[in-house]
Amino acid sequence: MSRATEDTNRRMLRARDTMDRAYAEPLDVPALARVAHVSPAHFTRTFRATFGETPHRYLQRRRVERAMSLLRETDRSVTDISYEVGFGSPGTFSRTFRDIVGRSPRQYRKEARATGVPTCFTMAWTRPRD
Amino acid sequence: MFNAITHSQLYVLDQDEAVDFYVGKLGLEVNTDVDLGFMRWLTVNVPGAPDRQILLQLPGGPQMSEQTAEQVRDLVTKGALGTVILTTSDCRKTYEELRAKGVEFTQEPVEQPYGVDCGIRDPFGNHIRFTEPRTA
Repeated sequence: MSRATEDTNRRMLRARDTMDRAYAEPLDVPALARVAHVSPAHFTRTFRATFGETPHRYLQRRRVERAMSLLRETDRSVTDISYEVGFGSPGTFSRTFRDIVGRSPRQYRKEARATGVPTCFTMAWTRPRD
Repeated sequence: MFNAITHSQLYVLDQDEAVDFYVGKLGLEVNTDVDLGFMRWLTVNVPGAPDRQILLQLPGGPQMSEQTAEQVRDLVTKGALGTVILTTSDCRKTYEELRAKGVEFTQEPVEQPYGVDCGIRDPFGNHIRFTEPRTA
């Protein structure tokens, strides 16, 4: 591995951190590629090579993780939560949530409980896998 | 049994750059910076708390093959290694100060049950958090 690879890793991490921080914004590949200072086509390919999944999937999992938290810890409606975490429509949210978590948002809310663990660990360990 | 935690360790890719960041930007103090010949022993601590040091170490050396050192550098720059959590008396003020210095944030200050906290990256990919603990 070279300095160039380390530099590329760091740029991809900067874009990934942007998704973690600004998940509710309408982030698309061109916007994230700008953060990483690479072309959009290069960005998607390199992100996948670095982290093992596409940026789109990473962002979906981040949004679903945030939604899981809001479902556990608030009484807000599923529709409100879908918009709050950055999905364009409740239908897309519910489909994506079920695809990733294996349950509907409503079923998940019924079953889940809040935890008392520091939030950064809860976020890392409750991030749904692909 | 044990009395204290005295040293924790983070891998960094450049120790001068690490000093610029941890001391110049975060405001920690250099505790020890000695060239031992075989390594540069570089530790920092929070001002006024020299008993808890962070060792800022380069991957490599005789105990680690170049291939392993490369793997460590790969993991550090992917953000997969190293976390340190600090406390502050004012998370939002610290956030503003560090933002003005161009520090990269992974999370802006958020109210948590245990206080207010936020997250940053060091220049290499390590994850640093700082918390303003909730007072009872």
